[in-house]
Amino acid sequence: MSDTPFVVVEGLHFSRGDKEIFRGVDLAIPRGRITAIMGPSGTGKTTLLKLIGGQLVPDAGRVLIDGEDVHRQSRRALFAMRRRMGMLFQSGALFSDLSVFENVAFPLRVHTDLPQTMIRDLVLMKLEAVGLRGARELMPAELSGGMARRVALARAMALDPELILYDEPFVGQDPISMGVLVQLIKRLNQALGLTSIVVSHDIKETLTIADYVYVIADGQVMAHGTPQGLDVSEDPRVSQFVHGEPDGPVPFHYPAVDFYTDILNSGGRR
Amino acid sequence: MIEQITSLGRRGCELLESLGRAGIFVAQSAVGVPSREGWHLWLRQMHFVGVLSLAIVLVSGLFIGMVLALQGYTLLVDFGAEQALGQMVALSLLRELAPVVAALLFAGRAGSALTAEIGLMKATEQLSSMEMIGVDPLRRVVAPRLWAGFVSLPLLTIGFSVVGIYGGYLVGVEWLGVFEGSYWGNMQASVSFIGDVGNGMIKSLVFALVVTWIAVFQGYDLVPTSEGISRATTRTVVYSSLAVLGLDFVLTAIMFGGLT
Repeated sequence: MSDTPFVVVEGLHFSRGDKEIFRGVDLAIPRGRITAIMGPSGTGKTTLLKLIGGQLVPDAGRVLIDGEDVHRQSRRALFAMRRRMGMLFQSGALFSDLSVFENVAFPLRVHTDLPQTMIRDLVLMKLEAVGLRGARELMPAELSGGMARRVALARAMALDPELILYDEPFVGQDPISMGVLVQLIKRLNQALGLTSIVVSHDIKETLTIADYVYVIADGQVMAHGTPQGLDVSEDPRVSQFVHGEPDGPVPFHYPAVDFYTDILNSGGRR
Repeated sequence: MIEQITSLGRRGCELLESLGRAGIFVAQSAVGVPSREGWHLWLRQMHFVGVLSLAIVLVSGLFIGMVLALQGYTLLVDFGAEQALGQMVALSLLRELAPVVAALLFAGRAGSALTAEIGLMKATEQLSSMEMIGVDPLRRVVAPRLWAGFVSLPLLTIGFSVVGIYGGYLVGVEWLGVFEGSYWGNMQASVSFIGDVGNGMIKSLVFALVVTWIAVFQGYDLVPTSEGISRATTRTVVYSSLAVLGLDFVLTAIMFGGLT
């Protein structure tokens, strides 16, 4: 395994309308590891994944995957590049008109000419890995949230990608499916030698599986390091986020005038 | 004052930009080599877009033909010209009513469904995930729907005309007692295949393109929330109805207005 990072993000700038989302983000994602990207809600973590996947184009800066600039590819080359990546969406994003089996078979059917029997074997292998071989005939609408995410994970792995992007894999899961997902991500990463990027704000779960963590806030990388390093970080902003303290450098109160004067000067205004 | 002018300018730029996006969008989806799988996807959409619109289009066609015959008869009979009923029904249907009414019904029935369906796929990230799997949603989702709409509306329009003419026959001949020979005979003598049937079909092809394009683009370009979907669905019906009626006038002026 070489030491060059698999994904490199350099000086990334991106804005939506007037709102600046990233102001110079630099990341280096090592090969074969789980890298977590964390940060408070609304810091554009999902946007970052879409930039890495080439679905959005940055205003400045570049994203290199295995040395190739994602945003300098032709449409065709970009689609070819994406076959080497899998992405797990927050909602699962299963195709609602296809069964579980067909959802997992979809990437195989469109990108390979494999015979039916082999596709069946591959799909059953992937479903077995996420423990849902028995649910293959169900439709996405019949699945629970956690099951849908596991099917989506099986689909993301169908073409044996080198890179998997996880968008908030733990949000809205009950403790059991949360534990299952944490296990799965860790195990798949080790067994298949994948490079994983996990975007999340679930501190506890993410820190247990991540090898390296980037914390993003206000459009920049606020801190990065190993989970242990962040846990004992002296930076008050990092420690507020990692330990989930309600008040600190990120204030509890939305900016407002002084409470005392606000109460006294009602004068019929709101 | 200056502000109003700037906002007018901005509106204009936004309109041009969205027209440009829609143009690129349709070019990217419609062009491409049809594969065997594309054929299957297209057939599936023909069912959803075309076959499922059949009932409303045919029933409306029947009633419009019947009403035409009834109204026409009461007018023509005063001049002793009720023999011309067949000609009147056929010409009104073929030239105007079938292409326009079928397109309006199609926009309401199929167009709004297309917008909502594609919008929902966008809101649930299905389009994004398809992109990340390395499948172009323009080819896979949009193109079959675009082509299905483009092919099925002209076919529905033919059905509308046929049923409408039959409805006119039911009322005019069977009920009001117009001589059957003159109903069909006058129709045959006065309807020109290229001038009336052909021009009606050209109208229908234009409407099919415009209505499906609007529907599919509105679905693809909407704000991916439930509110965004409901707004886009409304916009589809409003824009396509206005476009159909406006274009109908332009096309009629060119085809039958003696402008050329």
